[in-house]
Amino acid sequence: MSTVDMGMPILIVDDYKTMLRIIRNLLKQLGFNNVDEATDGSAALQKLRDKDYHLIISDWNMEPMSGMQLLTEVRADIKLKELPFIMITAESKTENVIAAKEAGVSNYIVKPFNAATLKTKLTAVLGNF
Amino acid sequence: MAVAAVKEKIASQLQELRKADASLDPEEIVSIVEAIVETIEGDMSAVSLKVYSDIEALARYINTARSEIADLRPDDINAEHLPAATDELSAIVGSTEQATNTIFEAVESIEALAEKMPEEIADQVSTAITSIYEACGFQDITGQRITKVVTALQKVESKVDALLHAFGDDLMPSDAPKKPEKKTKAPSGDPARPDEDLMNGPQLPEDAISQDDIDALFG
Repeated sequence: MSTVDMGMPILIVDDYKTMLRIIRNLLKQLGFNNVDEATDGSAALQKLRDKDYHLIISDWNMEPMSGMQLLTEVRADIKLKELPFIMITAESKTENVIAAKEAGVSNYIVKPFNAATLKTKLTAVLGNF
Repeated sequence: MAVAAVKEKIASQLQELRKADASLDPEEIVSIVEAIVETIEGDMSAVSLKVYSDIEALARYINTARSEIADLRPDDINAEHLPAATDELSAIVGSTEQATNTIFEAVESIEALAEKMPEEIADQVSTAITSIYEACGFQDITGQRITKVVTALQKVESKVDALLHAFGDDLMPSDAPKKPEKKTKAPSGDPARPDEDLMNGPQLPEDAISQDDIDALFG
C-alpha cells in the first residue's frame, strides 16, 4: 500500500531544458503530476522559499548557483533543512558523491539514468508508492 | 665576441700603437696585457667564453623560432579558428536540443493517444516511450561534454594570447583582423564557488563510477 502522497509538490532543477522535460515525463509516468521547474540553484532557492515542496530533484553542474550550493543552502535553512534532496548529475567521481553525502544529500543518481533507477531512489527517499 | 675576433682586434690595436709611437717596447706592452689578462682571467675563462657563445646561439635560436611562429600567424588561431570552433560546437548543442524537443513533442502526442488504446497495447507503448525518454538524456550528456571541449579551447586561446604577448608585436601583424568578441558562454571562472574543484562534468567510462558504486557509498 502506498504511503506516498502522489500529489506532493516536487521541484526539479536543471539548466538543460531537455533534462527537465525527461525528469518531468518520467515522474508523470510514475504518477507524480505536481512538478515545478527551475533552471539553476538560485531560482530554485527562491521557489523553495515561496512554496512548500516535499521533494527536490536537482542537477549539480549549473550556473550561477550549482546544485551543491543549493543543497548547502537548503540544509542551512531552518525551514528547508529536512527537505528530501535527490541529486541527479553527470558528476560521477567518488569525491563528488562523498562531498554530496557529507553535505546531506538524500540520494544520488548518476546520468545517464533510467526510469527504474529513478523509481528505486524515490522509493528509498519517500517510501513505497 | 668570439676569441679569434678578440685576438685580431688586439693585434690591430698594437700595430696602431707602434705606428703612433715607435719608442714603445713591444715586450713592455705584452707584459702589461698579460697583467691585465691575469686580473680578468676569472671572468674571461674559456668556460665563460663558451657560455657567452652558447647564449649567443640561444638568442639566434629564439629569434629564428620567433620568426617561424610569426609565419604561422598565431593571431589567426585566436582571431578566427578558435572562435569558429566554439561557435560550431555551440551550434551542435543547439541542434541536438532542437531535435530532442521535436522527439519529445512526438512522443508526448503518442503518450496522450496511448490513454485511448487497449490496456495491453498502452502498456507496451508506455514502455517504449519510457525508453525514448531515457535515451533523450544523451542531449544533456553530450551538451556537457561539448562544454568541456569549449572550456579546453578557451584555455588554449588564453595560452596563445600569453604567447603573443610574450613575443611582442612581432607576432601581431598590423593588418591582422581585430579579435572578435567571444560568443560562447564562458564556463565558470568564479573563484568564489566553493565546489569549483568538483565541477568535473561527465567522465569517460574508464574514469566514472557506476550507480552501484554510488549506492555502495550510501551504504
